[in-house]
Amino acid sequence: MEFLSDIASLINSTLRISTPLVFAAMAGIFAERSGVIDFSLEGKMLMAAFVAAVGSYFLGNPWLGLLLAIIACVSLSMLHGFASVTYKGDQVVSCVAINILIIGLTTALAAAWFGQAGLTPTLNEDQRFLEVNLPFAESLRDVPILGTIYSDILSGHYIFVYLAYLTVPLVFWVVFKTSFGLRLRAVGENPSAVDTAGINVFAMRYKALAINGVLIAFAGAHLSTAVNANFFREMSAGRGYLALAAMIFGKWHPKTALVACLLFGFTDALQIRLQGVELPAIGEIPVQLIQALPYVLTVVLLAGFVGKAIAPNAIGQPYIKER
Amino acid sequence: MVSPILELTNINKSFGHVHANKNINLKINKGTIHGIIGENGAGKSTLMSIVFGLYQANSGTIKVNGKEINLRSPKDSIINGIGMVHQHFMLVENFTVLENIILGFEGELVFGKNLEKAKKDLKNLCDTYKLNIDLNSTISDLSVGFRQRVEILKSLYRGAEILILDEPTGVLTPQEVDELFKILRSLNEEGKTIVLITHKLIEIMDLTSEVSVMRQGEMVGHTKTKDTNKEQLAEMMVGRSVLLRLEKSQVKTGDVVFKVEDLTVKDDLDVIRVKNVNLNIRAGEILGLAGVTGNGQTELLEALSGIRKVESGEIYLDGKKVSDSQNFLDPRELKEKGLAHVPEDRQRMGLVTDFKAYENLIFGYHDQKPFSKSSILNHRDIIAHSKKIMEEYDVRPQSPNLITSNFSGGNQQKIILSRELNENPKVLLVGQPTRGVDIGAIEFIHQRLIDMRDRGAAILLVSVELDEVLSLSDRIVVMFDGKIVGEKENNNVTDRELGLLMAGVV
Repeated sequence: MEFLSDIASLINSTLRISTPLVFAAMAGIFAERSGVIDFSLEGKMLMAAFVAAVGSYFLGNPWLGLLLAIIACVSLSMLHGFASVTYKGDQVVSCVAINILIIGLTTALAAAWFGQAGLTPTLNEDQRFLEVNLPFAESLRDVPILGTIYSDILSGHYIFVYLAYLTVPLVFWVVFKTSFGLRLRAVGENPSAVDTAGINVFAMRYKALAINGVLIAFAGAHLSTAVNANFFREMSAGRGYLALAAMIFGKWHPKTALVACLLFGFTDALQIRLQGVELPAIGEIPVQLIQALPYVLTVVLLAGFVGKAIAPNAIGQPYIKER
Repeated sequence: MVSPILELTNINKSFGHVHANKNINLKINKGTIHGIIGENGAGKSTLMSIVFGLYQANSGTIKVNGKEINLRSPKDSIINGIGMVHQHFMLVENFTVLENIILGFEGELVFGKNLEKAKKDLKNLCDTYKLNIDLNSTISDLSVGFRQRVEILKSLYRGAEILILDEPTGVLTPQEVDELFKILRSLNEEGKTIVLITHKLIEIMDLTSEVSVMRQGEMVGHTKTKDTNKEQLAEMMVGRSVLLRLEKSQVKTGDVVFKVEDLTVKDDLDVIRVKNVNLNIRAGEILGLAGVTGNGQTELLEALSGIRKVESGEIYLDGKKVSDSQNFLDPRELKEKGLAHVPEDRQRMGLVTDFKAYENLIFGYHDQKPFSKSSILNHRDIIAHSKKIMEEYDVRPQSPNLITSNFSGGNQQKIILSRELNENPKVLLVGQPTRGVDIGAIEFIHQRLIDMRDRGAAILLVSVELDEVLSLSDRIVVMFDGKIVGEKENNNVTDRELGLLMAGVV
């Protein structure tokens, strides 16, 4: 039975760890499907974590913190759009600028407001999201297999975990089953075709970026007001880039991107469990090596499979109407 | 009395310093097939992009069915019944036909019944006009001809009463052209008004009932097609400006130094653009290659200069084979063998316009002494050389450190010319030497080319300016549809005779 509960807790952590990746990958899909590269997922996630923690601390309500994080991330997306859509700047440069700006800004603001560089005060229970226990989780725990799945794997997560996995089918539906999605995909493939169909290319890209901002805010709030109870310096720890890799590995498609996110989440969950474990014949694996696992996997997957991934045709190209 | 369905008054459009449309007036009558003819760059496409709302005119009014309309975007044109099939198709390649057609006109936010309705409507349209398109196929799987039909169907679905086609036959095979014309005629019989933009006279005579001619951004004539003929239209297209005959001494020509045998070349879309071309150029001779733009001259020049792959045939320089479909010298190796090239598109291929003048003045020769010693550029010698050569070729202003894009078109051309002529090449390939160049510089450039010839270079001059070809060349060949359709000694040939050859009439 111990083996079974090990597996259950591994899956449980996978779902939790993958959550910010899933939000970020879905955010990335909106931006990149519209033809705008989004390298700034990392910076926006960090910004959301900071704003959510600070907002929640001052206002006493994590939902208000989330709302402020959404406003902050949408603003950053609009900034990215302003530089790279309206003013046709280099999209990667604009993203890198945002990422660098946010690292400095969050550290500096935390120092100014709370006297500690890059650290916000710990949130109390009213100021953060708590784990949600599904109904009857306790009483059903003893039912074999199904009880374990329900009570130990599905129940007891933060609200963001459930929202993340509900977002995926929603994104799929929007992108592939609505006229907005059709226009979104078209504008990333051939903006001229969209323009000659009487649709404003720039407006489409701004809309996509706005949705991108909302989604990425959830990833950041999850980090600072749910799994942790404060913001600390560079707490996004490369998750934005990892999500971008998952999205590319998932070919800009919500379902396959989800699979890639879960895979990254799983290796991360696995490395945590493997720390300090004595493996037969091998002995203890050094922590550093295990911690490198998700990143090594990223490199291997991208190097091995990226050849098959076909990016939206017009990605990275500003739309220039007149010659 | 037919009423005009589309009326343009005093349309003006400039791109930067280029005045692409000057005071254009145009009336298109309802139910006609109206041709707009002119050479490339005459402003036809710009004009029609304005009518389609893609570009906004600087001034002027547009009326549809007698009512003035304000075109801010293609949406406004589509609402007013204007559809356009662009030269480069506006299709999303990995979408299906259906997705491409409903894009922007989906009917509802969520796909469901609207898709079924669209399919039914499209099937009806396909049947009416015999378009024969599978709505579920992906665009990337379709041939160019079918893609064009999708574009036509798209316009019809969006309610086009006026259908504009921009150079629709450029990418089609002859069979596909026949099919297209059949479709256009049947559309016309059903009451649609068709506007055909082309530079091909034969298409005007074949298909249209009325024709307007554009030249250098201006509308130079309107007529009923039955009241005119190819010769007259060619004359209007090319223009009848005064011939500027240069003073040219008789030079005894030497041996053939550049020879092209049976050359065939394909463009980027795999369409054959140069068909079994043979050329001989002797030392001390200028061979003029005349033709309307887009008849294979560009691809020919690119193949001869080593930029484009040769499909079949051979090229000889100084009696030695330099290129065939298997082995070919690259532009650098050709340069070393004494071939110089002044490309047609000077800003794209001839210069790096963001570089300083002195950098462009040595480009391609920059790794040779004295400009470079052990891979390090010798700045002092380069500047000294640049100053000297800029004075010799009268490049103004004479500042080697100025960014190249700040020079006028004529002076940019002088920079290229001085660079290429400085090495005293045996063979010189020149494309459009005076396009967009002011009159003073034209004269200078022409004189330099004559000097080169007098010194014994073999020169191939490719130009769409008939006057230029006539005044410079010793011998003239005419290219039409990828083939050499005529060769004339330049002593008693007239522009009329050449015009006919250029139009493919004879």
